[in-house]
Amino acid sequence: MARRTLLPELLRHAVLVLGAAAMVAPFVVMVAISLKPPGEVFAPQFTLLPQQWHAWENYRDAFTKVPLARFLLNGVLVTACIFAAQAATALPMASALAKLRWAGRGWAFALVVLALLIPPQVPAIPLYIAMWQLELLDSYAAIILPSTISVFGIFLMRQFFRTVPDDLIAAARMDGMSEFAITWRIMLPTAYPPLAAFACLSFIWNWNEFFWPYIAIQSEHLATPPLGIAFFSNVEAGTSWGPLMAAATVVTAPLALAFLVAQRAFVRGVTMTGLKCPPEQRRPPPCPRSPAAAFSPRRCSPHRSTPGPRRAAWS
Amino acid sequence: MASVSLESIGKRFGSTPVLHGVSLEVADGEFLALLGPSGCGKSTLLRILAGLEGCDAGTVRLDGRDVTELPAKTRNLAMVFQSYALYPHMTVRGNIAAPLELRRLSALQRLPLLGRALPGTRAIRAGIAAEVAQVADSLGLSALLDRRPAQLSGGQRQRVALARAMVRQPAAFLMDEPLSNLDARLRGEAREEIVALQRRLGATVIYVTHDQAEAMAMADRVAVMQAGRVLQVAPPQALYDAPASLEVARFLGSPPMNILPARIGLGGRVEVEGVALPFHAPPCRAPRLGVRPEGFALADGGLPARLARIERLGAEAILHAALGASGAVVTVRVAAEQATGLAPGQALHLMPRAAHLFDEEGLRLPLHATLPQPAHD
Repeated sequence: MARRTLLPELLRHAVLVLGAAAMVAPFVVMVAISLKPPGEVFAPQFTLLPQQWHAWENYRDAFTKVPLARFLLNGVLVTACIFAAQAATALPMASALAKLRWAGRGWAFALVVLALLIPPQVPAIPLYIAMWQLELLDSYAAIILPSTISVFGIFLMRQFFRTVPDDLIAAARMDGMSEFAITWRIMLPTAYPPLAAFACLSFIWNWNEFFWPYIAIQSEHLATPPLGIAFFSNVEAGTSWGPLMAAATVVTAPLALAFLVAQRAFVRGVTMTGLKCPPEQRRPPPCPRSPAAAFSPRRCSPHRSTPGPRRAAWS
Repeated sequence: MASVSLESIGKRFGSTPVLHGVSLEVADGEFLALLGPSGCGKSTLLRILAGLEGCDAGTVRLDGRDVTELPAKTRNLAMVFQSYALYPHMTVRGNIAAPLELRRLSALQRLPLLGRALPGTRAIRAGIAAEVAQVADSLGLSALLDRRPAQLSGGQRQRVALARAMVRQPAAFLMDEPLSNLDARLRGEAREEIVALQRRLGATVIYVTHDQAEAMAMADRVAVMQAGRVLQVAPPQALYDAPASLEVARFLGSPPMNILPARIGLGGRVEVEGVALPFHAPPCRAPRLGVRPEGFALADGGLPARLARIERLGAEAILHAALGASGAVVTVRVAAEQATGLAPGQALHLMPRAAHLFDEEGLRLPLHATLPQPAHD
């Protein structure tokens, strides 16, 4: 029995390890180069660790030759504003699309889904002209305003809100809540996991966004991190790869951190969206057999501690 | 508490009519059950009354006041849902206090930190806490106040839902199958608890259920609904003893009433399968005779039948017997000791002692027992 399942298991893990290695490799190279002196970067023999440590110099240069701290601060400010605006718009819209009955709701939702298909580059020129006419080009507002409404956010939250039981909304109405109060006081507290997933995605997208800030921003002091790196490579291209990779590492680190912190909620939010189970099972999330259970042993302990029939059969 | 009046309420979903001019009067302090199979429109009617759903025609009145156009939150009605609909992120205390906080505190005063600093908030909150404690105590929830709904059993959740409805002293309670998610034993207890509560508060209760035993056991009056119409409104026993129509007669009672095609013979004598029975009725075309399972007696005369199957239920037994001429199967309820000597295949005579007569439209007809009744047993 055990021998028969071992081989496919090994194969599966081998494939996963290969895939993971392919994904992680560029980051490993990035971190490795950020630790090396200029002479070792293009050495014929690639080594993970430098023969001569140059980390301090590289990271110091990254922060001193260009205002990297400023770029990071810009990034935090812009992504925070964008997410706040996206949540403030997406939650009521999703709530209305999921739980209110009004003429044209089907069409409105179709438009939302349709808007998901439009690549962000398409409206770039109209947006640019609009920003120019509003005299907002080259400002934080120019980066933030076009992203304030996220159709993806509306879609994601609407899918989740549909699983909130109708009776709960009806009870809130009878208790005297307005529709807005229902969104903020009833729907939102049950929707933290998908909201955290959306926050994570929104942060990653807008932190990494290069195309639109590159068009809208000219001043170095307004640059977001990817734009800052681009400035960096323009200034330093070809000469100092070490500091450039150090800057790239610093810029990437918040994303990795954010994902690690939000991972539990993230996985739960993504797996729960569109999933329909009875309220007793869905709250508190997650469902006993959802993949998220692996990430949240504490929440799941009542389910996991009960010895299932399968486990009993094995022992 | 208030009286409730519904006048010719009509409702359609798209092109499907679900309510056809339903009218109901519920007196102050009355317990009315809306009984019907699923999909008959009873829950829709309750939601219209609650203000959660609009109606296409008719008027809703509370204590004589027209509230048809008012939104749910201004009607001062409380609802207990089948799923309990407790707020999952709030404690039991928060759930029970929610309706009071929403009514008594302004939006500013409800703000998490700032609200507490505003004048008056503290006093109002103290008042709410006292009332929550009192209601929780009366339902035995005091020990559970800091738990969340997910940590409660079904019966406890149901009581929290009741407490949340009670705490704001509504004009009337609306209950939408509140016991159907409980197991049988708990359901019995909860039934008694709700009735006792209703008597104690003198509350007007409108209770939707598809369980006839529940409706019969709890309600002062039962309104039987079917396909968007109210068929009959009457006290439980009257409904059982004198169903106004064939539909009501068929719906109430378990096993259901036996319906037999009949004929009015010479002198107004009722005949079934050619056998004259001890009942008299006015002339009528295609009448049907309804006999409840306990309405038959095993006798020497009456309808000849052959016993097909016996269900022994302990205190009583249900006999399934095929009538001699047509082979139609009827159910007969007898005491257990009467069924001891019986075996399938045996020939019997069934004599109806109590019966109901319905015309071809299914409406009740007067039926008189022929006196003196022949002494068969």
